[in-house]
Amino acid sequence: MSVNYGSKRTVVGAGYGFRDWLAQRVTGSLMALFTVVVLAQVILTSGPIGYEQWAGIFASQPMKFLTFAVIVALLWHVWVGVRDIWMDYIKPVGVRLVLHVFSIVWLTGCAGWAVQVLWRL
Amino acid sequence: MTELAKKRPEFRNINALSDLPTYRLPPAGWVSILHRISGLLMFLLMPFIIWMFDNSISSEFSYAKFAAAFNVGLGFVPGWFMKLVALALIWAYLHHFIAGLRHLYMDVCHAVSKEFGKSSAIVTLALSIGLTVVLGAKLFGLY
Repeated sequence: MSVNYGSKRTVVGAGYGFRDWLAQRVTGSLMALFTVVVLAQVILTSGPIGYEQWAGIFASQPMKFLTFAVIVALLWHVWVGVRDIWMDYIKPVGVRLVLHVFSIVWLTGCAGWAVQVLWRL
Repeated sequence: MTELAKKRPEFRNINALSDLPTYRLPPAGWVSILHRISGLLMFLLMPFIIWMFDNSISSEFSYAKFAAAFNVGLGFVPGWFMKLVALALIWAYLHHFIAGLRHLYMDVCHAVSKEFGKSSAIVTLALSIGLTVVLGAKLFGLY
């Protein structure tokens, strides 16, 4: 059989996993950063945390900026992740298609809701 | 289809009831499968996570509703069950977060030895379970 990998790879347009691999790392890092930023503000708040303190964390423009980016990153990260799970364990094409469609609807709905919450703040 | 492709044996030894319980996983294997399970759990509970986000930051009134959901319950769901679900999410987030950092560290530092895989997996499991216990005790008001 002729060599069809490495520099002799037959390019057919897919990303060969590299794009997803990189996207998981970049979006994951952003969410980790967000976690640290939110946690730091919670820990550095003096006194008990009530509604004012908690909502105040997300109310500033820089935090809205970061939170919006994190919602998009989350959407992307989860899509890559659950799609991997469906591709690994679900073999019947019809069932997999249904699960893919469900995942997309579920995720876009959730992301829209999260953005709506942020928008109102 | 070629003759070779037709005869290729297929092993479907991943039956959830008869095969999976018999497998003995190394620590890194546990971290790996729990990374998937925790991710899937957070995916399925995502509307609940956003419900908490929504109610906790939207208004003084909704914040009270958010707090009451865990203290007295929400509808027919008792408060302790809400706390249990929140604790499952806390574990899932901690495990996914720490296992994710392990992935990033391995990628950046090319830490791919068998020994590092094992020791870092044990650290991941100990940290995620330990922190879950500590935060769970706080959540249920033990201290």
